[in-house]
Amino acid sequence: MGIILAFLVVVGIAVVLCLLRMMMGPTASDRAVAVDTMATVTTALLVLLGFFFKRYVYLDVSLVYAVLTFIGTVAIARYLEKGI
Amino acid sequence: MNLAGQIVTGFGVAFLFLGSLGVFRLPDVYNRLQAGTKCTTLGAFCTIIGVGIMEPAWFWKALIIALFILATNPISSHALGRASRKGGVPLWEGSVADMSGEYYGEE
Repeated sequence: MGIILAFLVVVGIAVVLCLLRMMMGPTASDRAVAVDTMATVTTALLVLLGFFFKRYVYLDVSLVYAVLTFIGTVAIARYLEKGI
Repeated sequence: MNLAGQIVTGFGVAFLFLGSLGVFRLPDVYNRLQAGTKCTTLGAFCTIIGVGIMEPAWFWKALIIALFILATNPISSHALGRASRKGGVPLWEGSVADMSGEYYGEE
């Protein structure tokens, strides 16, 4: 279990790096790219958390999160291209 | 079974960290998009498959999540890159080529 905790810490640092880029990105596209990357990292992080706590329901949460962030990213890209 | 799953998960976690470091460090939108898409696609795939190997009862649902990420992550990143290019976000001054102008009716 100790190595799983180390993996969780490393993925948490990755999420913090994406969050810093989201706060300081110069344009709106930078922020959208950072949010897209952070969503993928968070999907993997939820599966790791489910293994760490031995809860099967985290896999369902992860699947729903992946679907919703895909739809959200495509909507943001369409907004950046053409406006509302 | 446990050691194999831990090795695959560690490989994926390393790629997730390197992709996020690339998003933080690289100079413009397109370079960041490349790091943030390729590295995190492989990293999330290996992490989720590794958890499925460590816990064999979860393998099929983990495989469904991994295949969904493998299918949809390139689509969303392509949409973001195309929107940035058509929205006029400038390239980094060290970039040497931009071949996409002919597809958008420029030049």
